[in-house]
Amino acid sequence: MELEAKVIEIIMEQLDVDKEQCVPAASFINDLGADSLDLMELIMKMEEKFNVSVSDEELQNIRTIQNVIDFLRKNGVA
Amino acid sequence: MTSGYTTEGKVALITGSSRGIGRAMAVKLAGALCPFDVADRNAAKNAVEKILKDKGRLDILVNNAGIAASGLIMRMPEAEWTRMIDINLKGALNCCQAASRPMIRQRWGRIVNVTSVVAEAGNSGQAGYAAAKAGILGLTKSLARELGSRNICVNAVSPRLIETDMTSSLTHGEKEKLREQIPLRRAGRPEDVAGAELFLISPQADYITGQVIRINGGLYM
Repeated sequence: MELEAKVIEIIMEQLDVDKEQCVPAASFINDLGADSLDLMELIMKMEEKFNVSVSDEELQNIRTIQNVIDFLRKNGVA
Repeated sequence: MTSGYTTEGKVALITGSSRGIGRAMAVKLAGALCPFDVADRNAAKNAVEKILKDKGRLDILVNNAGIAASGLIMRMPEAEWTRMIDINLKGALNCCQAASRPMIRQRWGRIVNVTSVVAEAGNSGQAGYAAAKAGILGLTKSLARELGSRNICVNAVSPRLIETDMTSSLTHGEKEKLREQIPLRRAGRPEDVAGAELFLISPQADYITGQVIRINGGLYM
């Protein structure tokens, strides 16, 4: 499965949203109804699934689905 | 000194369990001792990781490790102030931070923080200790709000004059004076506090969060 598809699958499950809502520019908090704890839990799930580590600084930059995909690609996830 | 214990399938971490209130709580359960310095954030993180590696989960955290000291504000050394905050408040913060991760993942957790009656009533000569313990109240209520959606209950027990090594330095006269003010006319035992803690982590307390259970024989109401 492509990286985008994997990421969207996790987001759909974690935030209980539809695939149609998961466009790359979708903001977790503004568009997908996540609160700060939801977002934190989502990042935790991403860390575990893709074996990466998101620093506190990097966390500040993760606001949209595209941000997550960019981060994973930057950290060697195909 | 801290302990990781298992009870009925639940895994608990109790800090400061080698003596006093912590020990009374720990003897009700069964497990192994794994000492670490609560004021050290990485040590707390590593201790939780070790428990997760050994037991696969962490359900309960009891932040009991604490030290007391007496001294008037005019002469309080900065090092003592720092130590009070580090062990009594920062220690609890460190352990809550480390434990929150597995508890959020599990969608289940019980955190019990040990504060003190002096956090609400104050006590002359214990400004540092009382300030740190009052901090525990803010921590408890904030985390109750923050983590409640993940089925994590966070409460505090607030003891006063429990017969442990910590209070053994009080003179006989000081203890007598206190006892006269206590409606139940006796000092508390570590088991009195452990009983309340066990209640808070039990299914009977599933709808209780952000609360302070005062265990003081009626000394402060």
